Amino acid sequence: MSDDLTHNEELTRRVLRIIAETQRKDPAQVTIDSSFEELGIDSMDGVNIVFALENEFDINVPDEEVKNIRNVRDMVEGVRTLVEQRNLQSDTPSDPAPAAS
Amino acid sequence: MRRVVVTGIGVICGLGKDREAFQKALREGRCGIGPITNTECHDLRFRNGAEVRGYDPNDHFSPKEADMIDRFAQFAVVAAREAVCQSGVEWNTDLRENSAIVTGSCVGGQATENQGFWDVYKMGKTRVHPMTIPKTMANAGASAISLEFGITGPAFTIATACSSSAHAIGQAFTMVRSGMADLAITGGSEAPFSYGILKAWEAMRVVSPTLCRPFSRDRNGMVLGEGGAMMVIESLDHALARGAKPIAEIAGFGMSSDAHHITQPSAEGAAKAVRMALKDARIAPEQVGYVNAHGTGTTVNDITETKALHLAFGDHAKHLAISSTKAMHGHTLGAAGALESAAAIVALSTGILPATIHFNECDPECDLDYIPNCPRKADVEYAISNSFAFGGLNIVLAWRKFQ
Repeated sequence: MSDDLTHNEELTRRVLRIIAETQRKDPAQVTIDSSFEELGIDSMDGVNIVFALENEFDINVPDEEVKNIRNVRDMVEGVRTLVEQRNLQSDTPSDPAPAAS
Repeated sequence: MRRVVVTGIGVICGLGKDREAFQKALREGRCGIGPITNTECHDLRFRNGAEVRGYDPNDHFSPKEADMIDRFAQFAVVAAREAVCQSGVEWNTDLRENSAIVTGSCVGGQATENQGFWDVYKMGKTRVHPMTIPKTMANAGASAISLEFGITGPAFTIATACSSSAHAIGQAFTMVRSGMADLAITGGSEAPFSYGILKAWEAMRVVSPTLCRPFSRDRNGMVLGEGGAMMVIESLDHALARGAKPIAEIAGFGMSSDAHHITQPSAEGAAKAVRMALKDARIAPEQVGYVNAHGTGTTVNDITETKALHLAFGDHAKHLAISSTKAMHGHTLGAAGALESAAAIVALSTGILPATIHFNECDPECDLDYIPNCPRKADVEYAISNSFAFGGLNIVLAWRKFQ
């Protein structure tokens, strides 16, 4: 399930859709290769998109990461990394079963 | 037009609970920022703020009075009392009728409102406290000051985000200068430490997880603060006639709006406000010796403000002594313009310019003299205090040493 989400194109499509929705743009305009300049996305728009992505993927994006995002690809890769980290954490049992004696 | 002077100042903020403590902290370059203790913040990306530590409403108000006004309005009254006390004003019917009150606040009593909303939205309660509306209204500080001193002249509140109290002082200044009022109590107050408000600031991603380092290359955002600063201003003639001792003169002010972006500042808009302040004060750029900067410690503000000072002052920019005292008392939002004006007046009257503390390294894009880390002795005649609000609303107040 987590592999499906992080490695197939589904995650990319969802990020592109979120960007288009928050920016009120035609989804066809938003591609993985779009720069923020092309899409007219400024820093406040970036913060708004990250907010929507955090809700969509149940992730938390650190402030420092947000400052470094420059284009759609950065955003997709950033979300992929955080989703993978989240999945790793949720796959790790919080209360490991005791080793067989 | 009449000359307008300051005859009393009152301050309560993260640096201390009165003017004397504030002045001492500025002189020593002490930091009033630390872990936020009076508000839930376990899941915030920041933990620090400039709280008024050890504040007990019962030291200033009867229990019933304290129940009637939010913390932000309490700060307004506490600061106004200290300013009035220093000014030596003796109230009579005439003066009460001819005095104005103009305050600034950004969030008003939203902390009280949050509590009421929490009760009904989350706790399943069916009613909100009946004082929620009068405690939340942004003019609660102005109203409480009016009640405190029996002032019956014009009283109102200005809400222009981080420029609120500077706009309030500018407005009060025009009223006294024009003769509409003989005296005014003006300034601002803020108490934004409430979980919902802090979450909203967190969402903007402009708050530092550590400290406020204005103009330093490693700066990473602002730190919020609470407090209040009020001043008594009056016409010079009025002050001298009653034997009052002026502390400083308001030389002029300038305002502008960027018409650029709701959160991104514009150097040209800020520079325009500086130029207009100098023009209103009828001074040349070379006469300004100290700038209390808006200096929030965000990447963008500090670069833009530096550009604005270059634009407005030209060659003189590199000779200006500039500091942001927000590194010490935090960003007090609607109280910032008044608190920082108080700092500028202290600098003029004591001859000690406060430092920009926590300054670690020079930023090539912030290439002016920010008085890094150590307060500086300097005899300065004119100082300006900059306030640049979200929404692109700018105001610059020009202060003159009284001599």
